[in-house]
Amino acid sequence: MSIIENHKTDGKPFCDSAKLSARDVCVHYGEKQAIFDVSLDIGKNEVIALIGPSGCGKSTFLRCLNRMNDTIDICKVTGEIVLDGGNIYDPKVDVVPLRATVGMVFQKPNPFPKTIYDNVAYGPRIHGLATSRVDLDEIVEKSLQRAGLWAEVKDRLHSPGTGLSGGQQQRLCIARTIAVDPEVILMDEPCSALDPIATAKIEELIDELREKYTIAIVTHSMQQAARVSQRTAYFHLGQLIEVNSTDKVFTTPEHQLTEAYITGRFG
Amino acid sequence: MNYSTLLIAVLIALGGAYLLGRNRARTLASQGAKMHSLPTHYGALVALWTTLPPLLLLLLWAVFETRVVDMLLTLQLPESIRLAGEADVRLALSKVHNLAKDSSLMAESNLSGAAAHLVDLQARTSLLKGGVILALIFAGLGLTWRRIQPDMRARGEVESIVRKLLFLSSAIAVLTTLGILASVLFEAIMFFQKVSPIEFLFGTTWSPQVALRADQSGSSGSFGAIPLFTGTLLISAIAMFIAVPVGLMAAIYLSEYAASNVRQVAKPALEVLAGIPTVVYGFFAALTVAPLIRQWGETAGLDVSSESALAAGLVMGIMIIPFVSSLSDDVINAVPQSLRDGSYGLGATKSETVRQVVIPAALPGIVGAVMLAVSRAIGETMIVAMAAGLAANLTANPLDSVTTVTVQIVTLLVGDQEFDSPKTLAAFALGLVLFIVTLALNFVAIKIVQKYREQYD
Repeated sequence: MSIIENHKTDGKPFCDSAKLSARDVCVHYGEKQAIFDVSLDIGKNEVIALIGPSGCGKSTFLRCLNRMNDTIDICKVTGEIVLDGGNIYDPKVDVVPLRATVGMVFQKPNPFPKTIYDNVAYGPRIHGLATSRVDLDEIVEKSLQRAGLWAEVKDRLHSPGTGLSGGQQQRLCIARTIAVDPEVILMDEPCSALDPIATAKIEELIDELREKYTIAIVTHSMQQAARVSQRTAYFHLGQLIEVNSTDKVFTTPEHQLTEAYITGRFG
Repeated sequence: MNYSTLLIAVLIALGGAYLLGRNRARTLASQGAKMHSLPTHYGALVALWTTLPPLLLLLLWAVFETRVVDMLLTLQLPESIRLAGEADVRLALSKVHNLAKDSSLMAESNLSGAAAHLVDLQARTSLLKGGVILALIFAGLGLTWRRIQPDMRARGEVESIVRKLLFLSSAIAVLTTLGILASVLFEAIMFFQKVSPIEFLFGTTWSPQVALRADQSGSSGSFGAIPLFTGTLLISAIAMFIAVPVGLMAAIYLSEYAASNVRQVAKPALEVLAGIPTVVYGFFAALTVAPLIRQWGETAGLDVSSESALAAGLVMGIMIIPFVSSLSDDVINAVPQSLRDGSYGLGATKSETVRQVVIPAALPGIVGAVMLAVSRAIGETMIVAMAAGLAANLTANPLDSVTTVTVQIVTLLVGDQEFDSPKTLAAFALGLVLFIVTLALNFVAIKIVQKYREQYD
């Protein structure tokens, strides 16, 4: 299989109420091109699932959306990603507020080696969101509640975050992201290291979070994409093959590659 | 036969036995037998049984041969010498050994009888040794070779022999440490019989000069070690004051900020500092740094002694920088990238991430590195001996000359000494204190590392 020449994304990559709009995004790692001319809108208060076989560039694309790729020296991003009318790759843009607006949850739960409280308070502290201890307490409690973790940890806020179970750790990381009051949350295979029960809890949480946030989730599980997302984007070898409503992608995909992937012929 | 010939014989036997054992196992297998272990296991087993017993015997022989031979020779010495005392016997024995080596001298001596006996004895033991070793080789080879049968569990036996060999190696290391500790301890106890531990540990005057002979003028010595402890503490503190911040920040720069090409050059360059002999640091401290400090001090109107704790501490600090930086760099690199990503993902800057996430995560390792550096600083001798002087002043002034425990150990043991005078024994008492302090530091370091370990992954 190789790159499709002059490919134009099938389905509906654009929408009316876009929160984030990517236009002609290309990513190079040194000599190697990882993403080819991806244009995609992510609508307000929707959950969009990015699926595709390993190495298809879906995680790379996700990391472009809050400039996490900046931390990799050899990575070069071209094209335009517009958040609320401003291009986030504009040289004038400061990544600190950008990343506070576009938060990220990672594949493996990565709580800091601090207490549960300090994990959640980390973001608000560095961004100066709380003016008093009471304020901070409130932010921590609200974030943990929204992440569905408050009831489980309210009696041990000052024990280490690393002492929680894998699923709890991942919800702690979500709480930590919510605490800086983002508008978009990027999730990079957030359940791949979790058991089915913890996964179910996170999926439930994603559904609730949609009311307030815009969410882009990379996942390897097509069931998960079907359960949590409204739109699904299929990536293949760095190209965005098809974007449609999740129902349509999983019942009547337009592109033969999408069909081959969701029916398990490769991936 | 001499030792090297026998050793070569044993090595040849090793190879031969391995091949014989392996081939027998292969032959049996090719005849349809279902062997329990691989042919190489049988080969290794035969090789081990063929070579280990002779090697052990050779070792024992080497340890005890002289002693037994001398015992036999003593009986051959003329009675007048034997009764004269131990020193004379030893002298006569060494004469006999010389005579036996050079037969032209033999005729002229009253020891010629003993020398001839020695020559005879040496010839016989050499033959005996060769014979016994060869017999052991062949016995081991033959017996083990015959034991190779399909149901013989060679693999397990080889594993257990290997395990015992490894245990023996670690036991040697541990026993040596215990031996050193015991010898230091016994000498220190002898010292404490002459000088009370209270005076040693809490006395404030250090002046270890003791009259060696009755007619010699000199003080009775005073062994209050507090000035040495404070001197050590002062210099180590100055050294750590330099080494910890500089080393740690260098490590942070190298692991978090430096581009990979800078890192590739800077890290080895920093580690070169660790390779410079301490004597070189010593004369750098004594000839360059100390005069410089004195000059500056005098310009500022301070009274600086020409050998100052500050000079020694500064240079020692520079010497220790690579310890701190290299070890800290390793532990900082071991902090998972996912933690940094998590922090950047929340909009933290690089320095916020380093300060609040990376350093806390790497803290146990950093503490370990610092503790190791402290041990190194306390044990360092050369720089202090050359740059800080020998005067045991009880002072906290870094511009004064001080001395340390290790330097005093050196000065106590250098030169003509009686090994039962309190002056020399004091060195062992100081050594014991040093040992206990370093041990305690290492113990604390291990506890700290254990307490905070596994906070991530």
